[in-house]
Amino acid sequence: MSGETTSLTPAAGDGDAAAVETPFRRFCRDYAESRIATGAFFLLVAIVLVALFAPWIAPTDPYDLAQVSILDAKMAPGTESLDGLTFWLGTDGAGRDLVSAIIYGLRISLGVGVMSGVVALCIGATVGLTAAYFGGRVDAFIMRIVDIQLSFPAILIALILLAILGKGVDKIIIALVIAQWAYYARTVRGSALVERNKEYIEAAQCLALGHNRIVFRHLFPNCLPPLIVVGTIQTAHAISLEATLSFLGVGLPISEPSLGLLISNGFDFMLSGYYWISFFPGVALLVTIVVINLVGDQLRDVLNPRLQK
Amino acid sequence: MTVFIIRRFMQSVIVVLVMSFIVFAGVNIVGDPVEMMVSDEADQAEREKVIKSMGLDKPWYVQYGRFIAGAVEGNLGKSFVYGEPALQIIVHRIPATFELALAALFLAVAIGIPFGVYAGLKPDTAASKTIMAGSILGFSLPTFWVGLMFIMIFAVILGWLPSTGRGDTVPLMGIDVSFLTMDGLAHLFLPALNLALFKISMVIRLARAGTREVVHQDYIKFARAKGLTNRRVVLVHLMKNIMIPVVTVLGLEFGGLIAFSVVTESVFAWPGMGKLIIDSIQSLDRPVIVAYLMIIVLIFVVINLVVDVMYSILDPRVRLSDVKS
Amino acid sequence: MADSTEPTLRVENLETHFFTKDGVAKAVDGVSFAVNRGEIMGLVGESGSGKSVTGFSVLGLVDPPGRVVGGRVLYQGTDLLTLDPEGMRKLRGNRIAMIFQDPMMTLNPVLRIDTQMIETVRAHDASVSKDDARARARDALGQVGIPSPDERLKAYPHQFSGGMRQRVAIAIALLNKPDLIIADEPTTALDVTIQGQILYEAQKLCRETGTALIWITHDLAVIAGLADSISVMYAGRIVEQGSLSDVLDRPAHPYTCGLLGSVPGHNTRGKRLYQIPGMTPSLLKLPKGCAFKERCPHADAACEAAPDITTPVPGRVLRCVHPQLGTGSEVR
Repeated sequence: MSGETTSLTPAAGDGDAAAVETPFRRFCRDYAESRIATGAFFLLVAIVLVALFAPWIAPTDPYDLAQVSILDAKMAPGTESLDGLTFWLGTDGAGRDLVSAIIYGLRISLGVGVMSGVVALCIGATVGLTAAYFGGRVDAFIMRIVDIQLSFPAILIALILLAILGKGVDKIIIALVIAQWAYYARTVRGSALVERNKEYIEAAQCLALGHNRIVFRHLFPNCLPPLIVVGTIQTAHAISLEATLSFLGVGLPISEPSLGLLISNGFDFMLSGYYWISFFPGVALLVTIVVINLVGDQLRDVLNPRLQK
Repeated sequence: MTVFIIRRFMQSVIVVLVMSFIVFAGVNIVGDPVEMMVSDEADQAEREKVIKSMGLDKPWYVQYGRFIAGAVEGNLGKSFVYGEPALQIIVHRIPATFELALAALFLAVAIGIPFGVYAGLKPDTAASKTIMAGSILGFSLPTFWVGLMFIMIFAVILGWLPSTGRGDTVPLMGIDVSFLTMDGLAHLFLPALNLALFKISMVIRLARAGTREVVHQDYIKFARAKGLTNRRVVLVHLMKNIMIPVVTVLGLEFGGLIAFSVVTESVFAWPGMGKLIIDSIQSLDRPVIVAYLMIIVLIFVVINLVVDVMYSILDPRVRLSDVKS
Repeated sequence: MADSTEPTLRVENLETHFFTKDGVAKAVDGVSFAVNRGEIMGLVGESGSGKSVTGFSVLGLVDPPGRVVGGRVLYQGTDLLTLDPEGMRKLRGNRIAMIFQDPMMTLNPVLRIDTQMIETVRAHDASVSKDDARARARDALGQVGIPSPDERLKAYPHQFSGGMRQRVAIAIALLNKPDLIIADEPTTALDVTIQGQILYEAQKLCRETGTALIWITHDLAVIAGLADSISVMYAGRIVEQGSLSDVLDRPAHPYTCGLLGSVPGHNTRGKRLYQIPGMTPSLLKLPKGCAFKERCPHADAACEAAPDITTPVPGRVLRCVHPQLGTGSEVR
C-alpha cells in the first residue's frame, strides 16, 4: 500500500505523552530490544575492563622471567604448578600461564586495535568532512584517492607498508591507521553530504561562522550515527588484522605479545597435540571480535534511519 | 560503451603508474635503496659497485625512469634467496594462488547465495536466524585461527584430509592445476574453505539484504499477480536483481581473496604468491618484495577494470544510458 | 447491460486485517459487492480507505502483517479464499488479472519486455512455443496502441515513458484474455490526455469481450465517464453502492455528497470549493459507531452505533442512518 496515508500510524504523538523520553533513553530502549546484543555489550565491557586492569587481574605476570619456569612448560589445562598455582588453561612452550598471557595479550590487541582505530577515525573523519563541505573539485580529488585506496584490501596495504617500514609497534599502528582511514573518510563524507544540504548549515553560513566551526560543531555531530557503527565494526577488523599480521610474523614484535603472536607460537605445538596453546588465545580473540561485531550490528539496526518507523 | 571502457582503461594505467611511483618512492626514499638491492652481508666495496651499477648516484627521476624501463621489460631485480629473477619466481607461483582464490570464490557463491536468499525470503524461521548468526561468526573469526582449527580437527584428529601443501597437479592449457586430481582436491578443499569463510558470510548477508529489499518491490508483486510460479519469481525476477550488487562486491572481493591468500597459504603451506611474500618479508628478500607489490597492484587494477565493465553489462540501465561516470 | 447469469465476481463480507505492533487495523471490514460480465465497477475512496487492499485480497496478494480473515470471494461460483496456492496461481494473470498503480515500479527493470510478456503466457500454458507467445505479445502491444511493437519488445522498461509502461502493463493483463481485471488506480500517475485514451479503450474492451472490470480510484471524475456501478469505501467499509448515474445524481451518504460537492464544476465558479472537514481517521483508532460521524454535518446520537446495511431505494446499498436522498449533490 503506497501513499502518505495516516491510516496505519497512530495519531501523531506530539510530545505530550512521550516528553519524558530523551533521544538517548529511546536509543537505549531500542538497543536493548535484542537480548543478544545487550549480552554482547556487557561482555564487551567486561573484556575491556579485564584488559585495562590486566596487571591486577592476571594471576601471574607471564613476562616476568622470575615467575616463569621452563619446568612448567606445555602443561595441560587444569594442572597445578609446583607452587600450587592452577594453570586453568595450561601453559605454553616456555612455561607461561596461559590465562595471564591471554589477559595481557588482550590488553595489547585491544590497545593497538582501538588506538589505531581512533587515529584513523580522526584522520578519516576530517578528510571526509572536508571533502563533503567544500564539494566540487576538492571533493572529487579526495574521493578519487579514497576510492583507489579502498579498492585495495586492508591487509595488502598493511603488508606493503610493513614491508617498506619494517617492524615496531609504532610502525604497526601507522600501517593500521593508513589501512583504515579511508573507510572512515568515505562514511563521514557520505553522511556529511546529506547533512550539508540541510538548512541549518545554510543558516550557519549566513551567520558568517568560520568554516572550522561550521564543520566541527554543526556538521560533524550529525554525522555521528553511521560513524559510530562503522567505528565499532572497523575496530573489530583492526584487531583481527593486527592479530593476523602478528601471526604471520610481520606484526608486533615479540616484546609486545598480542593474541596473534600467542596463537602463532602455539602453531608448532599443535601438530604434536598441545592444542590449547593456540586454541585458547584464539577463543579469546574470537569472542572479543564477535562481541564487538554483535554490538556494532545492533547499533547499525538501531541507528539506521531507514529502518526506524 | 567503448568510450566507457577506454576511459576506465586510461584511469587504470594512471593508477598503476602512481602506485609504481609510490612503491619506488617508498623503497628508495623511506628505505635505504642500497639495503634494498644488496644483501646484508655485502661489504663496502660491493656496495659502491652496486650503487654505481644501479645508478643510485643519479638524480631520482632518472632512477625512476630506469625502474619503469626495467619493469616494462620484466626486470625487477634478482632475488637474494633464490638467485633468480624476482619476476619469474613470482609468476611461477601465480597459478597456485589463483587456483586457491577461484576455488574460494566458487564456494562463496555456491554456498552463500542459496543460504542468503533463503534467509531473506523467510527471515523469521529458526533456520534463517541460525544462518545469520553463523554469518556473524563467519566474518568475525580470524581466518588464520580457523585454518589452524581446520587442520587440527580434520587432519590431526579426524585424519580425513591432508594438513598442508598442494596436491598432485596436471597441466591444463600449459598451466599446472591441482583441482583435476583427487589428491589435488583433497589438498585444495580445506584451504579454499578457510579462505572462503569470510566471503561466504559476506555473500550471505548481501544476498539476504538484497532479497529483503527486492522482495517488497512492486515488480515482484506484479510478477506474482501474473500467476508466475514461485520458483520463477525467485530464480529469475529476484535473482537477477540481487545479482548486480552481489557480483560487484564479489568482483571487488576477488582481489581481497588474492590478498588474503597470504594468510591461508601460510597456514596451509600452500605454495602460492602469498606464502612467498611472507617468507620474503621475513628473510628481507627485497627484490621479490618489490616485484610482488608491482604485480599485485597490476592484478588489482585489472580486476577493478573488469568488474566495472561487467557491472555495466549486467545492469542494462547503466549500459544503455552512456553513463557520465 | 450485464448477463443475468452468475456474476463474474461476488464478494461477501470480506475482511482483511493488518496485525501490527500498534494494534489491529481493519483495512477491509465487511465489504460486499458483485460485478457482472462486461460490467465496469468503480471502487472509490480516499487513500487508506482500504480499496487497494480489497483488490489484493481478491487475488490473494495481501502481504504480512495483513491477512484475509473472513468472508467469501466467489469467482464464477468458486470461493477463492478456499483455493490452494497452486489453484490460485493458475487463476492469476490468467482468468483474473491486475493492473497496478505505479508503472515505474511494476515492470522488472532488469528484464526485457518480451521476457516479461512471454513468461506470462507460458506460465499458464506451457505448450505455447516462445515464438507463438511472442506473437501474442506483439498483438497485445498493438492492441493497446504501442507503435513498432517488434522493436519495443526487445527494449527494457526504463526506455519507455510512464504512459507507455502502463500500456504495457495493461497489455500484459490482456494477454490471456481474463474474465476479470482489477485495475488499481492505473491512470493516477499519468497525465490527463493519456488517461482519457486509456479510459476510452478500457470501456471499449469490456463491451466487446465481456471482461468485467473493477476500477479502483480516488478520482470521481474518472469514474463518472467510465463505470456502470459504483461502490464508495470509507475506513474499510462500503458506505454507498449503486448504479453510477443513480449515485452521482442522487447521492445518499453524506460522505458521497461531500465528495461530489468538492468537485469543481461549472456552477461553482467563483465560489469557495467545499471541503469535507476533518481528516480520515487512522484505522488503528477508529471512532465507535459510524466511522464518518466526526466529519459529518448530520451526525447525532444515533450514529454512536455502527450503522447496518440498508436499502433505502431499490438497487442502492447504504450504510447510514441519515440518508440524504432527495437533496441532490448539494451538501452545504
